[in-house]
Amino acid sequence: MTKNTSLTIHGIVTLAWLLVSLYLIFIFVPTDVNQGNVYRIMYIHVPSAWTAFVAYFILFLGSVRYLFKRSPAADELAWSAAEVGFVFCSCVLITGPLWAKPIWGIWWTWDPRLTLTFILWLLFVAYLLLRSFFVNPEQGAVLSAVVGVIGFVDVPVDYMAIRWWRTQHPQPVVFGGPNSYLPPSMKFTLFFTAGAFLCLFFYLLRHRLNYGRMRHELQQLRREAP
Amino acid sequence: MNRTLVIIRALIWKELRVEWRQRETLASVCVFGVLVVLLFDFGFSMSGEASLRLLPGVLWIAFAFSGILSFNRSFAAERQNACLDGLRLAPVDPGLIYLAKLAANLIFLSVAEIVIVFVAAIWYNFSFLPALPWFSVIVFLGTLGYVAVGVTFAAIAANTRMREVMLPVLQFPVVLPIFLAAIEATSSALKGDPSSEFRSWVHLLAAFGIIFVVLSFLLFEYVLEE
Repeated sequence: MTKNTSLTIHGIVTLAWLLVSLYLIFIFVPTDVNQGNVYRIMYIHVPSAWTAFVAYFILFLGSVRYLFKRSPAADELAWSAAEVGFVFCSCVLITGPLWAKPIWGIWWTWDPRLTLTFILWLLFVAYLLLRSFFVNPEQGAVLSAVVGVIGFVDVPVDYMAIRWWRTQHPQPVVFGGPNSYLPPSMKFTLFFTAGAFLCLFFYLLRHRLNYGRMRHELQQLRREAP
Repeated sequence: MNRTLVIIRALIWKELRVEWRQRETLASVCVFGVLVVLLFDFGFSMSGEASLRLLPGVLWIAFAFSGILSFNRSFAAERQNACLDGLRLAPVDPGLIYLAKLAANLIFLSVAEIVIVFVAAIWYNFSFLPALPWFSVIVFLGTLGYVAVGVTFAAIAANTRMREVMLPVLQFPVVLPIFLAAIEATSSALKGDPSSEFRSWVHLLAAFGIIFVVLSFLLFEYVLEE
Protein backbone atom coordinates (compact mmCIF):
# COMPACT_ATOMS: atom_id res chain seq x y z
CA MET A 1 0.00 0.00 0.00
CA THR A 2 1.49 3.33 -0.93
CA LYS A 3 1.69 6.17 1.51
CA ASN A 4 -1.00 8.12 -0.34
CA THR A 5 -3.54 5.29 -0.27
CA SER A 6 -2.99 4.75 3.43
CA LEU A 7 -3.48 8.44 4.06
CA THR A 8 -6.68 8.46 2.01
CA ILE A 9 -8.04 5.47 3.93
CA HIS A 10 -7.12 7.20 7.18
CA GLY A 11 -9.05 10.24 5.98
CA ILE A 12 -12.14 8.22 5.08
CA VAL A 13 -12.08 6.40 8.44
CA THR A 14 -11.77 9.73 10.25
CA LEU A 15 -14.70 11.19 8.35
CA ALA A 16 -16.91 8.16 9.03
CA TRP A 17 -15.92 8.12 12.71
CA LEU A 18 -16.72 11.83 13.06
CA LEU A 19 -20.11 11.39 11.37
CA VAL A 20 -21.05 8.55 13.72
CA SER A 21 -19.85 10.74 16.61
CA LEU A 22 -22.18 13.50 15.47
CA TYR A 23 -25.06 11.02 15.47
CA LEU A 24 -24.16 9.89 18.99
CA ILE A 25 -23.77 13.43 20.29
CA PHE A 26 -27.00 14.85 18.91
CA ILE A 27 -29.41 11.89 18.71
CA PHE A 28 -28.24 8.87 20.68
CA VAL A 29 -27.11 10.36 23.97
CA PRO A 30 -29.85 11.56 26.41
CA THR A 31 -30.21 15.18 27.47
CA ASP A 32 -28.65 16.13 30.79
CA VAL A 33 -31.15 16.65 33.66
CA ASN A 34 -29.51 19.76 35.03
CA GLN A 35 -27.90 21.40 32.03
CA GLY A 36 -30.25 20.52 29.19
CA ASN A 37 -28.96 20.34 25.65
CA VAL A 38 -26.09 22.73 26.28
CA TYR A 39 -24.03 20.03 27.90
CA ARG A 40 -23.62 18.27 24.52
CA ILE A 41 -20.76 20.63 23.85
CA MET A 42 -18.88 18.51 26.38
CA TYR A 43 -18.33 15.94 23.64
CA ILE A 44 -16.33 18.52 21.70
CA HIS A 45 -14.73 20.29 24.65
CA VAL A 46 -13.35 17.34 26.59
CA PRO A 47 -12.02 15.30 23.62
CA SER A 48 -10.32 18.47 22.30
CA ALA A 49 -8.65 18.96 25.65
CA TRP A 50 -7.45 15.36 25.77
CA THR A 51 -6.17 15.63 22.22
CA ALA A 52 -4.33 18.87 23.03
CA PHE A 53 -2.58 17.06 25.89
CA VAL A 54 -1.68 14.16 23.61
CA ALA A 55 -0.29 16.68 21.12
CA TYR A 56 1.84 18.27 23.78
CA PHE A 57 3.08 14.88 24.88
CA ILE A 58 4.10 14.10 21.28
CA LEU A 59 5.81 17.48 21.11
CA PHE A 60 7.73 16.52 24.25
CA LEU A 61 8.66 13.05 22.95
CA GLY A 62 9.79 14.47 19.61
CA SER A 63 11.89 17.08 21.40
CA VAL A 64 13.59 14.55 23.68
CA ARG A 65 14.24 12.20 20.78
CA TYR A 66 15.72 15.01 18.73
CA LEU A 67 18.07 16.03 21.56
CA PHE A 68 19.39 12.48 21.86
CA LYS A 69 19.29 11.16 18.29
CA ARG A 70 19.45 14.33 16.21
CA SER A 71 17.08 12.88 13.64
CA PRO A 72 15.36 15.62 11.61
CA ALA A 73 12.22 13.45 11.56
CA ALA A 74 11.87 13.77 15.35
CA ASP A 75 12.19 17.54 15.12
CA GLU A 76 9.60 17.64 12.36
CA LEU A 77 7.29 15.48 14.50
CA ALA A 78 7.58 17.89 17.45
CA TRP A 79 6.93 20.90 15.23
CA SER A 80 3.93 19.24 13.54
CA ALA A 81 2.42 18.15 16.85
CA ALA A 82 2.75 21.73 18.08
CA GLU A 83 0.92 23.13 15.05
CA VAL A 84 -1.92 20.63 15.11
CA GLY A 85 -2.11 20.68 18.91
CA PHE A 86 -2.45 24.45 18.80
CA VAL A 87 -5.65 24.04 16.76
CA PHE A 88 -7.17 21.60 19.26
CA CYS A 89 -6.12 23.72 22.24
CA SER A 90 -7.77 26.73 20.61
CA CYS A 91 -10.88 24.60 20.21
CA VAL A 92 -10.90 23.94 23.98
CA LEU A 93 -10.62 27.64 24.71
CA ILE A 94 -13.45 28.48 22.30
CA THR A 95 -15.90 25.76 23.35
CA GLY A 96 -15.15 26.32 27.06
CA PRO A 97 -16.60 29.84 27.31
CA LEU A 98 -19.54 28.86 25.06
CA TRP A 99 -20.41 26.18 27.60
CA ALA A 100 -19.59 28.29 30.65
CA LYS A 101 -21.83 31.24 29.73
CA PRO A 102 -25.20 29.44 30.01
CA ILE A 103 -24.14 27.20 32.91
CA TRP A 104 -21.96 29.41 35.11
CA GLY A 105 -23.34 32.71 33.80
CA ILE A 106 -19.91 33.98 32.81
CA TRP A 107 -17.71 33.53 29.76
CA TRP A 108 -14.49 33.14 31.61
CA THR A 109 -13.19 32.97 35.13
CA TRP A 110 -9.58 32.97 36.28
CA ASP A 111 -10.04 29.60 37.81
CA PRO A 112 -6.71 27.75 38.06
CA ARG A 113 -7.68 25.03 35.62
CA LEU A 114 -8.85 27.50 32.98
CA THR A 115 -5.79 29.59 33.57
CA LEU A 116 -3.50 26.65 33.16
CA THR A 117 -5.23 25.48 29.98
CA PHE A 118 -4.67 28.98 28.72
CA ILE A 119 -1.01 28.56 29.70
CA LEU A 120 -0.88 25.38 27.64
CA TRP A 121 -2.20 27.38 24.70
CA LEU A 122 0.41 30.08 25.33
CA LEU A 123 3.10 27.38 25.40
CA PHE A 124 2.01 26.24 21.95
CA VAL A 125 2.04 29.84 20.73
CA ALA A 126 5.46 30.54 22.25
CA TYR A 127 6.89 27.38 20.71
CA LEU A 128 5.51 28.21 17.26
CA LEU A 129 6.63 31.85 17.48
CA LEU A 130 10.08 30.74 18.54
CA ARG A 131 10.34 28.41 15.56
CA SER A 132 9.62 31.22 13.16
CA PHE A 133 12.18 33.59 14.67
CA PHE A 134 15.36 31.55 14.42
CA VAL A 135 18.17 32.76 12.22
CA ASN A 136 19.85 29.39 11.92
CA PRO A 137 17.30 26.56 11.40
CA GLU A 138 19.55 23.77 12.68
CA GLN A 139 20.29 25.57 15.93
CA GLY A 140 16.61 26.50 16.05
CA ALA A 141 15.67 22.82 16.12
CA VAL A 142 17.89 22.15 19.15
CA LEU A 143 16.73 25.21 21.08
CA SER A 144 13.05 24.57 20.31
CA ALA A 145 13.50 21.05 21.61
CA VAL A 146 14.85 22.47 24.88
CA VAL A 147 11.81 24.76 25.15
CA GLY A 148 9.52 21.82 24.37
CA VAL A 149 11.00 19.82 27.23
CA ILE A 150 10.94 22.65 29.79
CA GLY A 151 7.40 23.66 28.85
CA PHE A 152 6.31 20.06 29.36
CA VAL A 153 6.96 20.44 33.09
CA ASP A 154 3.89 22.68 33.13
CA VAL A 155 1.55 20.08 31.67
CA PRO A 156 1.31 17.71 34.65
CA VAL A 157 0.71 20.80 36.78
CA ASP A 158 -2.14 21.66 34.47
CA TYR A 159 -3.64 18.24 34.98
CA MET A 160 -3.06 18.18 38.73
CA ALA A 161 -4.32 21.74 39.21
CA ILE A 162 -7.91 20.57 39.48
CA ARG A 163 -6.93 18.54 42.51
CA TRP A 164 -4.58 21.08 44.13
CA TRP A 165 -6.80 24.12 44.06
CA ARG A 166 -10.44 24.55 44.95
CA THR A 167 -11.99 25.38 41.64
CA GLN A 168 -15.15 26.25 39.78
CA HIS A 169 -14.37 23.79 37.02
CA PRO A 170 -16.17 20.47 37.64
CA GLN A 171 -14.18 17.55 38.95
CA PRO A 172 -13.23 15.22 36.14
CA VAL A 173 -16.18 12.93 35.38
CA VAL A 174 -13.91 10.13 34.25
CA PHE A 175 -10.94 8.93 36.35
CA GLY A 176 -12.03 11.57 38.86
CA GLY A 177 -12.31 9.58 42.06
CA PRO A 178 -15.27 8.01 43.87
CA ASN A 179 -17.69 10.95 43.55
CA SER A 180 -17.52 11.37 39.82
CA TYR A 181 -20.14 9.54 37.84
CA LEU A 182 -21.21 9.53 34.22
CA PRO A 183 -24.01 7.25 32.93
CA PRO A 184 -22.77 4.46 30.63
CA SER A 185 -24.32 5.91 27.46
CA MET A 186 -22.66 9.29 28.07
CA LYS A 187 -19.36 7.69 28.94
CA PHE A 188 -19.49 5.60 25.78
CA THR A 189 -20.24 8.65 23.64
CA LEU A 190 -17.43 10.61 25.29
CA PHE A 191 -14.84 7.93 24.66
CA PHE A 192 -16.13 7.27 21.15
CA THR A 193 -15.86 10.97 20.29
CA ALA A 194 -12.45 11.17 21.91
CA GLY A 195 -11.37 8.35 19.60
CA ALA A 196 -12.69 10.26 16.59
CA PHE A 197 -10.79 13.37 17.66
CA LEU A 198 -7.58 11.43 18.14
CA CYS A 199 -8.05 9.85 14.72
CA LEU A 200 -8.56 13.32 13.24
CA PHE A 201 -5.50 14.58 15.09
CA PHE A 202 -3.26 11.87 13.68
CA TYR A 203 -4.71 12.40 10.21
CA LEU A 204 -3.83 16.10 10.34
CA LEU A 205 -0.46 15.27 11.88
CA ARG A 206 0.39 12.95 8.99
CA HIS A 207 -0.54 15.63 6.49
CA ARG A 208 1.62 18.13 8.33
CA LEU A 209 4.53 15.64 8.39
CA ASN A 210 4.16 15.13 4.64
CA TYR A 211 4.35 18.84 4.17
CA GLY A 212 7.51 19.00 6.29
CA ARG A 213 9.08 16.22 4.25
CA MET A 214 8.30 18.01 0.99
CA ARG A 215 9.76 21.25 2.29
CA HIS A 216 12.88 19.38 3.33
CA GLU A 217 13.20 17.82 -0.13
CA LEU A 218 12.71 21.18 -1.76
CA GLN A 219 15.51 22.68 0.30
CA GLN A 220 17.77 19.79 -0.65
CA LEU A 221 17.00 20.25 -4.35
CA ARG A 222 17.60 23.98 -4.13
CA ARG A 223 20.99 23.34 -2.55
CA GLU A 224 21.94 20.85 -5.25
CA ALA A 225 20.78 23.09 -8.08
CA PRO A 226 23.59 24.81 -9.93
CA MET B 1 34.22 18.07 43.36
CA ASN B 2 36.88 20.51 44.42
CA ARG B 3 37.57 21.41 40.81
CA THR B 4 33.87 21.99 40.21
CA LEU B 5 33.73 24.50 43.04
CA VAL B 6 36.82 26.29 41.75
CA ILE B 7 35.30 26.54 38.28
CA ILE B 8 31.96 27.81 39.56
CA ARG B 9 33.68 30.36 41.76
CA ALA B 10 35.79 31.58 38.85
CA LEU B 11 32.71 31.87 36.60
CA ILE B 12 30.63 33.70 39.20
CA TRP B 13 33.57 35.98 39.93
CA LYS B 14 33.81 36.76 36.21
CA GLU B 15 30.10 37.66 36.07
CA LEU B 16 30.36 39.90 39.11
CA ARG B 17 33.52 41.59 37.85
CA VAL B 18 31.99 42.31 34.44
CA GLU B 19 28.98 43.76 36.19
CA TRP B 20 31.13 45.82 38.53
CA ARG B 21 33.09 47.33 35.66
CA GLN B 22 29.97 48.35 33.74
CA ARG B 23 27.62 48.88 36.66
CA GLU B 24 24.74 49.17 34.22
CA THR B 25 22.66 46.04 34.61
CA LEU B 26 22.15 46.38 38.32
CA ALA B 27 21.44 50.10 38.18
CA SER B 28 18.96 49.83 35.32
CA VAL B 29 17.23 46.82 36.87
CA CYS B 30 16.77 48.57 40.24
CA VAL B 31 15.53 51.80 38.69
CA PHE B 32 13.17 49.92 36.42
CA GLY B 33 11.73 47.90 39.31
CA VAL B 34 11.10 51.02 41.36
CA LEU B 35 9.44 52.67 38.35
CA VAL B 36 7.06 49.73 37.98
CA VAL B 37 6.00 50.15 41.62
CA LEU B 38 5.56 53.87 41.01
CA LEU B 39 3.36 53.24 37.96
CA PHE B 40 1.15 50.91 39.97
CA ASP B 41 0.91 53.49 42.70
CA PHE B 42 -0.23 56.11 40.21
CA GLY B 43 -2.51 53.70 38.40
CA PHE B 44 -4.44 52.51 41.44
CA SER B 45 -3.76 55.30 43.97
CA MET B 46 -3.19 52.64 46.55
CA SER B 47 -3.66 53.41 50.21
CA GLY B 48 -4.88 51.76 53.42
CA GLU B 49 -6.58 48.38 53.08
CA ALA B 50 -6.34 48.32 49.29
CA SER B 51 -2.57 48.61 49.40
CA LEU B 52 -2.21 45.45 51.42
CA ARG B 53 -4.43 43.57 48.99
CA LEU B 54 -2.51 44.75 45.93
CA LEU B 55 0.99 44.85 47.38
CA PRO B 56 1.99 41.19 46.80
CA GLY B 57 0.95 41.41 43.16
CA VAL B 58 2.70 44.73 42.65
CA LEU B 59 5.89 43.40 44.18
CA TRP B 60 5.94 40.23 42.10
CA ILE B 61 5.19 42.06 38.87
CA ALA B 62 8.02 44.47 39.64
CA PHE B 63 10.33 41.50 40.35
CA ALA B 64 9.25 39.82 37.11
CA PHE B 65 9.86 42.84 34.89
CA SER B 66 13.19 43.60 36.52
CA GLY B 67 14.19 39.98 36.07
CA ILE B 68 13.42 39.99 32.34
CA LEU B 69 15.64 43.05 31.97
CA SER B 70 18.45 41.42 33.89
CA PHE B 71 18.36 38.14 31.92
CA ASN B 72 18.34 39.92 28.58
CA ARG B 73 21.32 42.03 29.62
CA SER B 74 23.13 38.96 30.88
CA PHE B 75 23.31 37.44 27.40
CA ALA B 76 23.40 40.65 25.40
CA ALA B 77 26.76 41.34 27.04
CA GLU B 78 28.01 37.89 26.07
CA ARG B 79 27.19 38.45 22.41
CA GLN B 80 29.53 41.41 22.10
CA ASN B 81 33.03 40.45 20.98
CA ALA B 82 31.90 36.80 20.77
CA CYS B 83 32.32 36.34 24.51
CA LEU B 84 29.92 33.41 24.46
CA ASP B 85 32.19 31.59 22.00
CA GLY B 86 35.08 32.10 24.38
CA LEU B 87 33.00 30.66 27.17
CA ARG B 88 32.07 27.67 24.99
CA LEU B 89 35.73 26.96 24.34
CA ALA B 90 36.51 26.75 28.04
CA PRO B 91 37.05 23.12 29.12
CA VAL B 92 34.18 23.12 31.60
CA ASP B 93 30.84 21.39 31.83
CA PRO B 94 28.17 23.66 30.26
CA GLY B 95 26.02 22.97 33.30
CA LEU B 96 28.56 24.84 35.42
CA ILE B 97 28.34 27.86 33.15
CA TYR B 98 24.61 27.71 33.72
CA LEU B 99 25.00 27.53 37.49
CA ALA B 100 27.31 30.55 37.46
CA LYS B 101 24.87 32.55 35.33
CA LEU B 102 22.08 31.45 37.67
CA ALA B 103 23.99 32.58 40.74
CA ALA B 104 24.96 35.93 39.22
CA ASN B 105 21.42 36.70 38.09
CA LEU B 106 20.08 35.55 41.45
CA ILE B 107 22.40 38.02 43.16
CA PHE B 108 21.47 40.91 40.83
CA LEU B 109 17.76 40.26 41.08
CA SER B 110 17.95 39.85 44.88
CA VAL B 111 19.64 43.24 45.19
CA ALA B 112 16.96 44.76 42.98
CA GLU B 113 14.26 43.07 45.08
CA ILE B 114 15.69 44.49 48.29
CA VAL B 115 15.60 47.97 46.76
CA ILE B 116 12.05 47.46 45.47
CA VAL B 117 10.77 46.14 48.80
CA PHE B 118 12.48 48.97 50.67
CA VAL B 119 10.88 51.59 48.43
CA ALA B 120 7.48 49.86 48.63
CA ALA B 121 7.70 49.75 52.43
CA ILE B 122 8.18 53.52 52.52
CA TRP B 123 5.60 54.43 49.87
CA TYR B 124 2.90 52.20 51.29
CA ASN B 125 3.79 52.75 54.95
CA PHE B 126 3.96 49.02 55.30
CA SER B 127 6.27 47.25 57.69
CA PHE B 128 7.67 43.99 56.32
CA LEU B 129 9.48 43.31 59.60
CA PRO B 130 6.88 41.11 61.39
CA ALA B 131 6.67 38.68 58.45
CA LEU B 132 10.25 39.08 57.30
CA PRO B 133 11.59 35.51 57.80
CA TRP B 134 8.82 33.81 55.83
CA PHE B 135 8.62 36.66 53.34
CA SER B 136 12.34 36.23 52.60
CA VAL B 137 11.97 32.47 52.16
CA ILE B 138 9.03 32.89 49.76
CA VAL B 139 10.78 35.59 47.74
CA PHE B 140 13.98 33.58 47.57
CA LEU B 141 12.27 30.37 46.41
CA GLY B 142 10.07 32.18 43.89
CA THR B 143 13.04 34.09 42.53
CA LEU B 144 15.08 30.91 42.28
CA GLY B 145 12.52 29.21 40.06
CA TYR B 146 12.03 32.37 38.03
CA VAL B 147 15.76 32.92 37.44
CA ALA B 148 16.33 29.21 36.73
CA VAL B 149 14.00 29.35 33.73
CA GLY B 150 14.92 32.91 32.80
CA VAL B 151 18.63 32.25 32.31
CA THR B 152 17.98 29.26 30.03
CA PHE B 153 15.35 31.06 27.98
CA ALA B 154 17.50 34.19 27.70
CA ALA B 155 20.27 32.06 26.24
CA ILE B 156 17.75 30.59 23.78
CA ALA B 157 16.13 33.92 22.89
CA ALA B 158 19.58 35.41 22.25
CA ASN B 159 19.69 33.30 19.06
CA THR B 160 16.44 34.61 17.62
CA ARG B 161 15.65 37.67 15.55
CA MET B 162 13.49 39.40 18.16
CA ARG B 163 15.30 38.49 21.35
CA GLU B 164 13.94 41.21 23.64
CA VAL B 165 10.35 40.29 22.73
CA MET B 166 10.94 36.56 22.56
CA LEU B 167 12.13 36.20 26.16
CA PRO B 168 8.94 37.32 27.94
CA VAL B 169 6.79 35.42 25.44
CA LEU B 170 8.66 32.23 26.32
CA GLN B 171 9.19 32.97 29.97
CA PHE B 172 5.86 34.14 31.34
CA PRO B 173 3.67 31.14 30.40
CA VAL B 174 6.19 28.72 31.86
CA VAL B 175 6.68 30.57 35.16
CA LEU B 176 3.03 31.51 35.69
CA PRO B 177 2.45 28.69 38.19
CA ILE B 178 5.39 30.08 40.19
CA PHE B 179 3.70 33.46 40.27
CA LEU B 180 0.38 31.99 41.34
CA ALA B 181 2.05 30.22 44.23
CA ALA B 182 4.35 33.12 45.14
CA ILE B 183 1.61 35.75 45.20
CA GLU B 184 -0.72 33.53 47.23
CA ALA B 185 2.01 32.74 49.74
CA THR B 186 3.20 36.35 49.94
CA SER B 187 -0.23 37.81 50.60
CA SER B 188 -0.92 35.17 53.22
CA ALA B 189 2.44 35.78 54.93
CA LEU B 190 2.09 39.57 54.87
CA LYS B 191 -1.41 39.31 56.34
CA GLY B 192 0.22 37.66 59.34
CA ASP B 193 -1.35 34.22 58.88
CA PRO B 194 0.32 31.31 60.68
CA SER B 195 2.80 29.53 58.44
CA SER B 196 0.62 26.39 58.28
CA GLU B 197 -1.78 28.43 56.10
CA PHE B 198 0.67 28.90 53.26
CA ARG B 199 3.18 26.12 53.79
CA SER B 200 1.87 24.06 50.86
CA TRP B 201 2.49 27.03 48.54
CA VAL B 202 6.05 27.27 49.84
CA HIS B 203 6.55 23.58 49.16
CA LEU B 204 5.22 24.08 45.65
CA LEU B 205 7.66 26.95 45.09
CA ALA B 206 10.55 24.84 46.36
CA ALA B 207 9.52 21.96 44.10
CA PHE B 208 9.34 24.25 41.06
CA GLY B 209 12.72 25.78 41.91
CA ILE B 210 14.41 22.40 42.16
CA ILE B 211 12.77 20.99 39.02
CA PHE B 212 13.67 23.99 36.88
CA VAL B 213 17.26 24.22 38.16
CA VAL B 214 17.93 20.52 37.57
CA LEU B 215 16.23 20.50 34.17
CA SER B 216 18.08 23.60 32.97
CA PHE B 217 21.37 22.29 34.35
CA LEU B 218 20.95 19.14 32.26
CA LEU B 219 19.73 20.91 29.13
CA PHE B 220 22.16 23.83 29.07
CA GLU B 221 24.67 21.75 27.14
CA TYR B 222 22.28 21.84 24.16
CA VAL B 223 21.55 25.52 24.59
CA LEU B 224 25.21 26.45 24.26
CA GLU B 225 25.70 24.32 21.15
CA GLU B 226 26.77 26.15 18.02
